[in-house]
Amino acid sequence: MNNLFKIAVRNLLRYKRRTLLTASLITIGVVFVLVFTSVTGSFKAMMIGQITDSMLGHLQVHRKGYVASIDNLPLNLNIKPKAYQKLTEALKAAPEIAAFSPRLKFGGMFSNFTETTNIRLNGIYPDREFQTVPLLTSRISDGKKTLSRGEIMIPTLLAKGLKIKVGDTVVVVATNVDGSVNGKQFVVSGILESATGPGGRDGYLHIEDAAEVLRMPEAEISEVAVRLKDFSRLPAAVRHLEGQLAGEVNKEGHPIFEVHSWEQLSPFFNIARMIDVMTFFIKIMLIAIVLISIMNVMIMAVYERIREIGTIAAIGTLPGRILSMFVIEGFCLGVLGAIIGDIVGSAIVLIINVIGIRFDFAQQKGLLLTTTLAPSDLLVISAIVIVVAVLASLQPAFKASRMEPIAALRHV
Amino acid sequence: MALIIADNIRKDYQVGDVVVHALQGVGFEIEPASFVSFVGPSGSGKTTLLNLIGCLDKPTAGTLTVADTDIARLDRKESAAFRGSHLGFIFQDFNLLPVLTVYENIEYPLLMVQNVPPAERKERIERLLDAVGMADQRDKYPDQISGGQKQRVAIARALVTHPALVLADEPTANLDSQTAYAVINLMKRMRDELATTFIFSTHDQKIVGEAEGIFRLEDGSIVAKEMKGGASHE
Ligand SMILES: Nc1ncnc2c1ncn2[C@@H]1O[C@H](COP(=O)(O)OP(=O)(O)OP(=O)(O)O)[C@@H](O)[C@H]1O
Ligand SMILES: [Mg+2]
Repeated sequence: MNNLFKIAVRNLLRYKRRTLLTASLITIGVVFVLVFTSVTGSFKAMMIGQITDSMLGHLQVHRKGYVASIDNLPLNLNIKPKAYQKLTEALKAAPEIAAFSPRLKFGGMFSNFTETTNIRLNGIYPDREFQTVPLLTSRISDGKKTLSRGEIMIPTLLAKGLKIKVGDTVVVVATNVDGSVNGKQFVVSGILESATGPGGRDGYLHIEDAAEVLRMPEAEISEVAVRLKDFSRLPAAVRHLEGQLAGEVNKEGHPIFEVHSWEQLSPFFNIARMIDVMTFFIKIMLIAIVLISIMNVMIMAVYERIREIGTIAAIGTLPGRILSMFVIEGFCLGVLGAIIGDIVGSAIVLIINVIGIRFDFAQQKGLLLTTTLAPSDLLVISAIVIVVAVLASLQPAFKASRMEPIAALRHV
Repeated sequence: MALIIADNIRKDYQVGDVVVHALQGVGFEIEPASFVSFVGPSGSGKTTLLNLIGCLDKPTAGTLTVADTDIARLDRKESAAFRGSHLGFIFQDFNLLPVLTVYENIEYPLLMVQNVPPAERKERIERLLDAVGMADQRDKYPDQISGGQKQRVAIARALVTHPALVLADEPTANLDSQTAYAVINLMKRMRDELATTFIFSTHDQKIVGEAEGIFRLEDGSIVAKEMKGGASHE
């Protein structure tokens, strides 16, 4: 085996320029794929992190039918205190859940005493909300990072439009489920940057204040945002929770609750999917590059060495040996390209981080892209390259192994 | 028993619509440790015959037994294995592997064809390097040595597996006559030392004189057999 490698490497060194050219072609492909996967992967992870950790949570539980009409924030589809009690028990019992935060969502009018506009609001228990969506505080661009009774956090677009500053007094007016109207004064405690997706431009107030505005004796719950201990286990957690809650049915025997992962709630999921599709096609391109370039050199190598093949076949080298000789040569070429590509690709990813690339996404400005390159990515891409290199050399190698020694020896 | 028994061998080549009768009923026997040559004009069938004996090709008719093996019965892989274990080859163009050094070229059959343990491998190669007088050139690559030196390395490569038979098709055709003599004499000396049978072809009359048995071929038939030191027939 060692000797097959020795011969393969020496043959590669024999045509240094061609070997280098082919290896660099593969290198370019590998670098391109690595940098692309790294940048898009990091972008995706970052955006998903933003979405789940600054507003949605990893998954949400609603009363059945709420999500279908979530745009109206329907008060009649809230979870009643008794049902919420049961839900709490189920959530507390689930080992994969790190934290959860109940929210009372409603739409209302918002006024600074001279101008009035619509607002969507979340009544929250601040501590629990900040535990469930820890990046929410990072969106507070102005004001304090806490929320007490009588205070409200409003989205930045609203603050700009109505020229409201932290500390100003505002009025929230809302219609309760019976149709009667109620209002309450709040002090603006913070301005929130917008986030991408539904709920990205909502305001926040204390859940007991919300219940008071809506004239609820005890706060009803519109949605429960849930944070998992391990985000990568999301699908399993959703399934598990659905199973747990399936037992909770109403008088007609229909389930009371519905569970949605962030993917079902945010349109960014489709962008994430598109990124995955693009990454997939880029990988296909890499495969094509490796396939064509390796096949090309190996066909050339076999053609140039017909007499050598004739010689070694004549002196008794078995066809399988001759086959492996050429396959190993293709393999070495693939390994060479993959290794150089891995090194150069990692270096470029590192450089991107050192330079620090900033980008804007929708309302979010100057997001810092921190690219990461998982060792598993390096391994997977290297493995693809090497496997394809071997496959590409199979056909020429097979041809070499099938050559008739006399014909090959006569070849000029 | 004879090492090679050829009985009424025919070899036809189909070239388009024409059938070329390269060998037309050739029969002979060659004893172990012989030093024989096939001679004859161009196109007389020397290469064709050596290819058959070398198990590189199959006769169209007739039987050919080499080292007790009917070579017509071997399939591709068996032929390769047979060549690897029983035969050695020396080529007109030397055909050393350019990426291997002198030492590695001689080592090649022991590594890639047979599986000889390292200690014995080294010993055999060293002995042959000395015998062919290439010990001091062992680390050179084929493009760094002369034609005569290449052919000496090729002889060592052919002998390193301890074959019963070494075949050499025009081994001296690319060498000047002085070197040609040296190469033929080296072959003869190796035969004396190792008792390996050598069969070579040539149309160089001067070289032919070195052979102990001579088969003259003309138009695919043996027209004369001369055995030095006694038996000479037909
Ligand atoms: N592969 C082949 N296809 C067709 N005809 C062939 C083939 N090989 C040899 N022949 C023919 O068979 C005959 C014998 O050829 P061979 O090569 O054995 O002669 P040779 O004695 O070795 O000649 P030379 O001294 O020129 O090497 C020639 O007429 C040649 O044209
Ligand atoms: Mg010939």
